[in-house]
Amino acid sequence: MDGNGTLSLVVFSGTDDKLQATAVLVAGAAAMGRPVNVFLQYWALDAFRIDRIRKDHGAAPEAGDEGLAAMQRHGGQHWADTLAQAKDIGEVAIHACALSVEMFGITKDDLDPLVDDIRGVAAFMADVDDAVAFI
Amino acid sequence: MATGTATRSIDARGMPCPGPLMSLIGAIREGQIGDLIEVLSSDEGSKTDIPAWVTKAKHDLVETVPEDGFARFIVRKVR
Repeated sequence: MDGNGTLSLVVFSGTDDKLQATAVLVAGAAAMGRPVNVFLQYWALDAFRIDRIRKDHGAAPEAGDEGLAAMQRHGGQHWADTLAQAKDIGEVAIHACALSVEMFGITKDDLDPLVDDIRGVAAFMADVDDAVAFI
Repeated sequence: MATGTATRSIDARGMPCPGPLMSLIGAIREGQIGDLIEVLSSDEGSKTDIPAWVTKAKHDLVETVPEDGFARFIVRKVR
């Protein structure tokens, strides 16, 4: 293992904490020269809708009031901006899950330009080196 | 090293991880070979991220200077 393999992430959750954590991982991998392969499903895909991406997506239930307050206090860059930076410096592909796209009744035009294309799960898997992390 | 010797200085203090590193990468890309880029960062992650990236990207971490509440990283663009 040379530490240069593709980072493959399946992002299911659509809360800002998980999307922020995703963006940080993607940026780190891109900085270190790893290709990144992201598959957006369900609520993560919903958060990438062009008219919703900048809206408040809340936090996972375990955040509680205290965790949410800590997130708000910390502030920092929006996860969409971190992802845009990662795409700028590295090889980052963000795919929308065809099943989720169909479920929401949307098209590529309804999604933020950060999303490169719509893919079926097998096409996503074609670019997976080994393991997949599920967020 | 005095601040004045850097080709470019980036004040990334207050920026959370991985912001300072991303700013450094941008400055290195825009710079010329031999440029000295200075990054000021208060992010704890930078202490490990910047050396790791500089090694991986084959540039030169000339100096890391701890300051009060932040660190000063001086990186030379090698290639």
